Amino acid sequence: MTHDAFADLADMLRRRSGLVLTQDKLALAKSRLAPVAHLFGFRGVAALLAEFPHPREEIAQAVTEAMTTNETSFFRDRDPFNHFRDILLPALTIARAGRRRLRIWCAAVSTGQEAYSLAMILDEASLAAFDWRIDLIATDLSAGAIARAKDGVYSQFEVQRGLPIQSLLKHFTQEGDQWRVSDRLRRMVSFRTFNLLDDFGWLGEIDVVLCRNVLLYFDAQSKAAVFAKLAEILAPDGTLVLGATESAESFAVAADAPRGYFIRPRGVAPRALSG
Amino acid sequence: MKHCLVVDDSRVIRKVACRILESLQFATEEAEDGAAALDACRSKMPDVILLDWQMPHMTGIEFLRTLRRQNQGTNPVVVFCTTENDVGHITEALNAGANEYIMKPFDRETLEAKLMQVGLL
Repeated sequence: MTHDAFADLADMLRRRSGLVLTQDKLALAKSRLAPVAHLFGFRGVAALLAEFPHPREEIAQAVTEAMTTNETSFFRDRDPFNHFRDILLPALTIARAGRRRLRIWCAAVSTGQEAYSLAMILDEASLAAFDWRIDLIATDLSAGAIARAKDGVYSQFEVQRGLPIQSLLKHFTQEGDQWRVSDRLRRMVSFRTFNLLDDFGWLGEIDVVLCRNVLLYFDAQSKAAVFAKLAEILAPDGTLVLGATESAESFAVAADAPRGYFIRPRGVAPRALSG
Repeated sequence: MKHCLVVDDSRVIRKVACRILESLQFATEEAEDGAAALDACRSKMPDVILLDWQMPHMTGIEFLRTLRRQNQGTNPVVVFCTTENDVGHITEALNAGANEYIMKPFDRETLEAKLMQVGLL
């Protein structure tokens, strides 16, 4: 891969997704783009990148999706989910008791495990039985990942990463060596493809946003823009959940919560929303 | 240091499991079937048992039922680790007192995740 080709690839990724691609990711880029090159009939990655800096839209989309990280698992890192179940959700059910509505957004849900983990917690909290309306919105840049998430079928390895066996029996059915999420859980989640660089207006006001382990791959300008948009849609008493190692300078660290939990700084109100 | 008893009639599986467990700071002990595992428990009760299902002399489920009957409690933690991967076997194991269930084949991440779930990591 020539220096120019790599620079063109990095530039396209940053513009389309906010992702930063540094020279130390050269080997990673080659390995991830080889299947894309094959898919579109190129003789190799070099031939694929010869299409740059102005590749066809479907090539640009496939390359962007191939370069995104889809690492995820059920109840990943455990503590953020335990805190959501034991502290945040009970607090929200008190705070929202009047309107009985909760709006939660998984902003980079990958293949769906994070959203289904929340759905399991919400289902077991039985809020629907008390006429609560729960909007659980789950988005990802990758159309392929969202298609898998909607399908809700996971391998044996995937269901064993973080999912307690009792939850597997309760919420999944076995199909050979695969496991399918129950229709009940699938109906709880609205999946759609969405680019975090786009406008957030359609989301409306959100009580809890999970945007874990994605913005750390963004360039500073894109990251700041996303945080600004998150501040607009987050409810005044809303919660932003990032990865444990991530920080959000425009938000305040939530007290008595796992690392990665943030709240709106005191005195900063959300702007009027269009959604 | 937590103590794990690995019960499996495959020497290779026992070695692989022990290597992973030791890297997770567990002290390990091996038993090749349920009867040997009961002897090991009488000698020193482990914190956790990683238990295969199909074994000669005494199967995993027979061992578990005996262990729970003799001990009259929920200790030690028992994690099945078996190729019996259907819902019927999983349900039977949980009803007999298993705390978790690993479907073979497994890897380090799977074992680590399950040990976290049962509070041992």
